Amino acid sequence: MNRRHFLINTAAALPALGFAGQLFAAPASSPRFLFVFLRGGYDCANMLIPYSSDFYYESRPKIAIAKPDPNNANGALALDANWALAPVLRPSIGSLYAAKQVAFVPFAGTEDLSRSHFETQDNIELGLPPQQHAFNSGFLARLSGVLQGKAKPIAFTDALPLSFQGGGDIANLSLRNVGKSSFDDRQTAILSDMYKGTRLQPAVSSGLQLRAEVAQEFGAEMQKANRGAINARGFAGQSDKLAELMRDRYRLGFVDVGGWDTHVNEGGAEGQLANNLNELGQGLQTFAQTLGDEWRNTVVVVLSEFGRTFRENGNQGTDHGHGSVHWVLGGSVGGGRIVGEQVAVKQDTLLQNRDYPVLNNYRATLAGVFSRMWGLNQQQVTQVFPATSAKDLRLV
Amino acid sequence: MQTKLSFFFALTITGANAFAADAPAPMIGKDDLLWLNRITYGADEATIQQFRALGRKKFLDVQLRANDDHLPAPIQQRIDGMSIAHTDLQKTIEDFAKRRKEIKADGKTEMSAEQKKEYVREGADLVRQTINRELLRAVYSPDQLKEQMVWFWLNQFNVFARKGAEPWLVSDYAEHAIRPYAMGKFRDLVLATLTHPAMLVYLDNVRNAKDHANENYARELMELQTLGVDAGYTQKDVQELARILTGVSVEFVPRNVRLGRFSPEPLGKTGAAFFPARHDFGNKTLLGQTIRGDGFKEVEQAVDLLVKQPQCARFVSRRMAEYFVADQPPKELVDAMAHTFERSGGDIAETLRTMFESKAFDASLGNKFKDPMHFVVSALRYSYNGATQMDTDVAVNWLGTQGEVPFGHQSPDGYPLTESGWASSGQMSRRFEIARAIGAGRADKVDVNTKQAPPELAGSLFVKTMLPYMSQNSLAALEKAKSPVEWNTYLLSSPEFNYR
Repeated sequence: MNRRHFLINTAAALPALGFAGQLFAAPASSPRFLFVFLRGGYDCANMLIPYSSDFYYESRPKIAIAKPDPNNANGALALDANWALAPVLRPSIGSLYAAKQVAFVPFAGTEDLSRSHFETQDNIELGLPPQQHAFNSGFLARLSGVLQGKAKPIAFTDALPLSFQGGGDIANLSLRNVGKSSFDDRQTAILSDMYKGTRLQPAVSSGLQLRAEVAQEFGAEMQKANRGAINARGFAGQSDKLAELMRDRYRLGFVDVGGWDTHVNEGGAEGQLANNLNELGQGLQTFAQTLGDEWRNTVVVVLSEFGRTFRENGNQGTDHGHGSVHWVLGGSVGGGRIVGEQVAVKQDTLLQNRDYPVLNNYRATLAGVFSRMWGLNQQQVTQVFPATSAKDLRLV
Repeated sequence: MQTKLSFFFALTITGANAFAADAPAPMIGKDDLLWLNRITYGADEATIQQFRALGRKKFLDVQLRANDDHLPAPIQQRIDGMSIAHTDLQKTIEDFAKRRKEIKADGKTEMSAEQKKEYVREGADLVRQTINRELLRAVYSPDQLKEQMVWFWLNQFNVFARKGAEPWLVSDYAEHAIRPYAMGKFRDLVLATLTHPAMLVYLDNVRNAKDHANENYARELMELQTLGVDAGYTQKDVQELARILTGVSVEFVPRNVRLGRFSPEPLGKTGAAFFPARHDFGNKTLLGQTIRGDGFKEVEQAVDLLVKQPQCARFVSRRMAEYFVADQPPKELVDAMAHTFERSGGDIAETLRTMFESKAFDASLGNKFKDPMHFVVSALRYSYNGATQMDTDVAVNWLGTQGEVPFGHQSPDGYPLTESGWASSGQMSRRFEIARAIGAGRADKVDVNTKQAPPELAGSLFVKTMLPYMSQNSLAALEKAKSPVEWNTYLLSSPEFNYR
């Protein structure tokens, strides 16, 4: 999909907006983007399985996922001659892939070789080339600045993530317990006024306002549905609310999902990693469904700070590695493909004889996605990702 | 209730400004109040009185000595009544292992749903007791600085309560691996955490064995606990430290058969043990130094080597300064602290003294945003002012919704120490809701027949301490309050209350 199609699609598919939608709708012509950050370094090799590689099966005697096999429900789902999907993702991501709404970018990641969760996560969220620490802002905050109001930003997290820091007042809202009402208008005004002239003024007033609005919106909806309080557990449980807010009000979102640091008993077709992937897959599917027609104007990128060791360790788990597999999803993405630079999966091609190499830098890939979504020029790309040239993988 | 209301109306009707005009002389100067709000979790009447008697220098001495942790009798009784107060860790670990074994008697059967529920509930209860004990001490202990350091070290040597056996371990970890060393030598603290099952389970060192290396603990021990990420060590150093740490594990079930030189050697009384059979006895090179294969002695040598690094002095000093002084502490301050740290052999109290006696510390007063833990504890201290009819249990939930509950951080980096981690729009509005809950008396410990009542925050402590220093904006908000609860909410939500 190119930018022109985005515009046409959007015009053709104006959603029926509810009360809140009328008040808060973003400009109809603008696409939307959700960044899903898997914190902990998910084991990509047990999500996108290089099933044509004997080396994969040698390296993972206990946790490998079986080759595609019509007689084995625990066998992987073949996507092409080399790659297959974890069986637990078959109903969710498998269907989206068949509908050409998901692409995977293997051998993806950053230059950062610290193998430290925290350094690499920070590095990704800052969006800077190695050794550059000049910015005190995250790449999504800078993107929001470049888009100049075309894409209202929000983080669906308890705290504002580094990705969105340094961009002035950007809203954050955890989707746990949003149904409770908070302060009335008079109290909200009094609380906001106390912070007039302090550095927390923007956060205080926008936070109070957003809480009140969202409580009102979901409160009414919950009464209608007669479901009681929202008690969203995990990503799958929150993704419908997340989609509604992204559909009606926001165009640039961030959410993170934890629990991927599988050093011990990672599992294969079933187990720890499979459970997490299942939750993530279901959440993304719900997100797509809830967006309805607007899914066509939406791009979701899922990535993690690094991949894990290609070989399993002594505890039927995997340790911190390097290259990962990134996901690009959306109603109009050029999906149903495995894209980007690739090499055969064998011992010789591993980095330091332990990890996937990184052949597709996430900054270049994301710059390519953003350029096509919003028609950014090179100067704007450089503002978002300094010293980076967009690489157009024709994903949108 | 009658007196509360009449006082409240007196305040609102006369108006805060008029009221300020007749106010008695402040009980404490503004700078001293701010100073006290840093050395302690937050001033209450008793600490202010003590400060007036001692002055800054002696008050600081007392806090650095940290030898008075007696609690009000009803609070101590509550802690003594907790089941975590009467458990022996070794026995707990054995019971835990036995139960798991019984449940998995045939090697296949998973726990029944009922067993699983009971097991999870029991674990959650132990964790909650532990958090409550820490919160009660934070609110009521006279050793206020030490209490902050206990939190600080629990954060720097983070463990996560929802992993494996952790619920049965965290209480002992806080009590015996962190608390006794919080103001002592950093080396002792590192070794105490290193030989505690809670850390060994959390960072997977129980799985780290010869030819089955698990690097998790080795990496975080250097990156997050001692040296910092930019300290110049390499992946090879991580691997070598992991080899040194092989065999440091937990003896879940003591063997009756001794295995000669392969017998596990207990490491203190915690259940942690050194398993020679799992140790890699080859020589190692860590940070350029050769460490000869020699069993657990290697670990002690490695810890000595780590804590002696100038990077360790700087890293630990910087972390403390971030916590107590500023998000970006001045370089000169960190240098001075690091110097003290090195000179004193990693003495925590001495390093703190250098920090508290610095100009940079004085210059920073009133500018450090309270993290949720400081906010909640200081609000409870201020609201109850030594009275003991307070229950911290509901505060556990508040810290949960603010994302800073003890033992609740999954990854080993611990909670952020900076304002940006806690002052986002979503967190501010939640914080005001907590202010309202405290202001409504939701932390009152009451029986079924008594109603929770708003604490009297507009009382004399306020008048004698905070009132003279409130901004016009905050006074205006207080004047608009329509009820005691609302008044309390605005006070606890005010910028003056939220910075220390």
